[in-house]
Amino acid sequence: MNLPILSILIFLPLIGVFFLVFTKGTEEFIIKTSFKVSLITSVLTFLISIFLWINFDNSISSFQFVHEKKWIKDFINYKVGIDGISLVFILLTTLIVPICIISTINSVKFRIKEFLMSLLLIETLMLGVFCSLDLFIFFLFFEAGLIPMFIIIGIWGGEKRVYSAFKFFLYTLFGSVFMLIAIIFIFYEYGTLDVTKLLILDIDKNYQNYLWLGFFASFAVKTPMWPFHTWLPDAHVEAPTSGSVILAAILLKMAGYGFIRFSIGLFPHASIYFAPLIFTLSIIAIIYTSLIALMQQDMKKLIAYSSVAHMGFVTLGIFVFNGNGLAGSIFQMISHGIVSAALFLCVGVVYDRMHSRKILDYGGVVNKMPRFSTLFLIFILASIGLPGTSGFIGEFLILLGVFKNNYFVALIAALGVVLSACYGLWLYKRVIFGKIVNSRINELVDLNKKELLVLTFLVLLSLILGVYPNIILDTVSVSTNNIIYIFNEKTNIKMTFND
Amino acid sequence: MIEIDYIYPEIFLILSLLILLVLGVFKKNSYDLIKKITTICFLICIPIVYLNNINDLVIFKNSYAVDSLSNYLKILILISTTFSLIFTGDYIKIQKLDKFEYPLLILSAVIGMFLMVSSNDLIGLYLGIELQSLSLYVLASIDRESEKSTESGVKYFVLGALSSGLFLYGCSIIYGFTGSTNYYVISESLKASTNIPILFGIIFVIIGLAFKISAVPFHMWSPDVYEGSPTSVTSFFALAPKIAGLGAIIRILYICFENIYVEWKAIIIFISIASMLLGAFAAIGQTNLKRLMAYSSISHIGYVLASLTTNTKDGVISAISYLNIYIIMMISSFACILLFKRKNIYFENINDLSGLSKNHPVIAFCFAATLFSLAGIPPLAGFFAKFYVFKSVIEANMIFLAIIGLIASVISAFYYLRIVKIMYFDDQKDKFDEVETLGIKFSILVSSLIILFYFISPSFILEFVEVASKIIN
Repeated sequence: MNLPILSILIFLPLIGVFFLVFTKGTEEFIIKTSFKVSLITSVLTFLISIFLWINFDNSISSFQFVHEKKWIKDFINYKVGIDGISLVFILLTTLIVPICIISTINSVKFRIKEFLMSLLLIETLMLGVFCSLDLFIFFLFFEAGLIPMFIIIGIWGGEKRVYSAFKFFLYTLFGSVFMLIAIIFIFYEYGTLDVTKLLILDIDKNYQNYLWLGFFASFAVKTPMWPFHTWLPDAHVEAPTSGSVILAAILLKMAGYGFIRFSIGLFPHASIYFAPLIFTLSIIAIIYTSLIALMQQDMKKLIAYSSVAHMGFVTLGIFVFNGNGLAGSIFQMISHGIVSAALFLCVGVVYDRMHSRKILDYGGVVNKMPRFSTLFLIFILASIGLPGTSGFIGEFLILLGVFKNNYFVALIAALGVVLSACYGLWLYKRVIFGKIVNSRINELVDLNKKELLVLTFLVLLSLILGVYPNIILDTVSVSTNNIIYIFNEKTNIKMTFND
Repeated sequence: MIEIDYIYPEIFLILSLLILLVLGVFKKNSYDLIKKITTICFLICIPIVYLNNINDLVIFKNSYAVDSLSNYLKILILISTTFSLIFTGDYIKIQKLDKFEYPLLILSAVIGMFLMVSSNDLIGLYLGIELQSLSLYVLASIDRESEKSTESGVKYFVLGALSSGLFLYGCSIIYGFTGSTNYYVISESLKASTNIPILFGIIFVIIGLAFKISAVPFHMWSPDVYEGSPTSVTSFFALAPKIAGLGAIIRILYICFENIYVEWKAIIIFISIASMLLGAFAAIGQTNLKRLMAYSSISHIGYVLASLTTNTKDGVISAISYLNIYIIMMISSFACILLFKRKNIYFENINDLSGLSKNHPVIAFCFAATLFSLAGIPPLAGFFAKFYVFKSVIEANMIFLAIIGLIASVISAFYYLRIVKIMYFDDQKDKFDEVETLGIKFSILVSSLIILFYFISPSFILEFVEVASKIIN
């Protein structure tokens, strides 16, 4: 196919941004048109990604839709291409962004045009991250996301917005600095930054550990892994609902994607060497942040900490180096993308009505909002990992993968599932059930049509993925097997494939 | 062709300086006219320099180089000076600095800079430095009524004279040991033998030059001078003298001292690290925009010097590209700073910018883009500049320098972000005056477009610079 469809996909939202820049007129007109424009562009992007999915060949392990162009003279090429893993993340991104835009209508009250511009900009950058086949391009997209996110948290956030915006920006910038050094070093040693070439290449064992640490510094902050996670709760609490959704659903996935594509792919020896470190940090993340989540008074903070715990599962699954773990991690990330987005939307729904995120201000919501309570329950259960929901498949596959590798770690990780049930159900009990203590609960109105539509859609998605996970697993299986195959080739250690 | 044909640009500028001086003396209130003619002279000089670029020559008994590097830097000096004349028009009028000497001093400083980037001889270099510096001392104190401006002029003069003295002392030591002031002769005799005393001379020479580009630990004058001088002068200080100083440093390190790389490398690494770190840390506490820009330029000089420590052609290329992008960012930031006025009073405190994004979204956006670019956030121009530098540094196997530099850039991101925060997150204040003049709009537009869209073709500047630095081995 001659059409550079991936580049069109990446830069389509950017065209929407340009349209928005030149929208002028009365305030009402601006708000209306910017909604229309951004919704149309994001839906179009979604349609293109569906088109990609249909045309994507599941049985080929190499990158597809590759588009290459000279960029910096004899040095860096603009190269994009996707395999199954990238594809599912692209689908997640293009799916979540329209939902964010719809939910913006309630949660953002001022400077809506600028907000939508930042949102579309983020979409472009995220799609770029998942498509890029050149380390430099990857870094560019990876880092550039900082600016719009800084703006979103800083302008539309809550009281402590400035503090959390700074924390987010400086933490992630600090992490990425080391990745940049590692990338330049790779170019200096091997003369190319083309991922397809680097994946075949065997990088010198002496360097691998340092380079791996360089990438790890950046990914660990973005994942976020314990103990680099402290920016996340702050950023989430202060971000507006749709900002939180973007953050939880898409931005956190970049690092997981990076681990799979680069840490394992480029530095297999170092990955094995550092796997115990990852295990330790992941397990601490799962147990410790779950315990912290139990103590939270703030609903958004609770969900934010639960995200850290869930990402702990993801990193655990990636670094057991087998098909089950890898597929489980990818599935878990997709599922977390959908479920945490939905949970933040749910918090947004009650926050828009009550203007409080404190759990203590709630109680007895079920009396006034029965539909909301039902949907919220399903999401909480999906987050816990109840069989039949998407959360279950991911956690199950990861635990399966970990069992093959290390019983002890699997045992502790399984404890995390119990803990997540504790904080999840306790949150639900305190917010939804019980007596109505706060008189303002009586004034609550149930979901309107738009909210109902969005949340039902997400519920269906979660249930479909829970019942028929092959939608995703089929797409990624060849690619994950390929990654494991290359990994085994390079390390000469027999690892099991996905059965 | 006789040798004098190759210095047409210098002759042209000197003649126009003399003619304009006479014109200014005899014609009353001739500021406007002279400023226009000076600007036109700079613009005419650009093609003259460009057409001069036929082949690389060193004329006048090997004491004056007319080559691609000097021509490139000269064009850069001319362009940046033209910009600093264009966008300061309003400011000069409002602050009543419209004396005819103002453009003429800039013109004579530019002639000095031409000498600095071209000279292949220590004496020629000294003459260039002095011609430039003396004009700059006067420019710094051109606002006679203001205490601060006078103070900064005197401060600059005293410290500048000291550094010139050190420089001359170094030259005399080198002359004493090598018997010549010519770069080629010095280089040859350094190849044959080096001894400790001659290293003193080299250190003094480097100190003198480091002072001129305000590299740590010889930076003390720059925050005070930046703050005290009229903003129009500060903007000039931040642009052209840095190009000239770095041009001189590149020539001296890579041609004159090329054979004692090991010795000067340690010095430059120290200066570079100190500049990057001090520029990053000291700027955190600043509330005056001009002072902040002073520290910011100190740290940027640190990055340029970092790439010069490599002693490779790549290092020079990345240093000059960094300088290029630095110039663009400084044009944009000073043009923005010159917009912050209410009822003809200029504001320099960063807190005066609060809520700028609501009152003046376009200016705020341009300034924010510039600040993000100064912080080196991709995909803006500043990131590519830093990337070239760290690429050349890592290729020279100095990873520690790259790590320190990048950490310094994270620290400095903090204070750039603070300004963005004030502009975007804080409550709005009264509106600033609307811009009427074309010059300032044009400068901001051009520079921020380059900053924003540099990523489309990042090798754009590199290609020019590669041609320019072909004389470096």
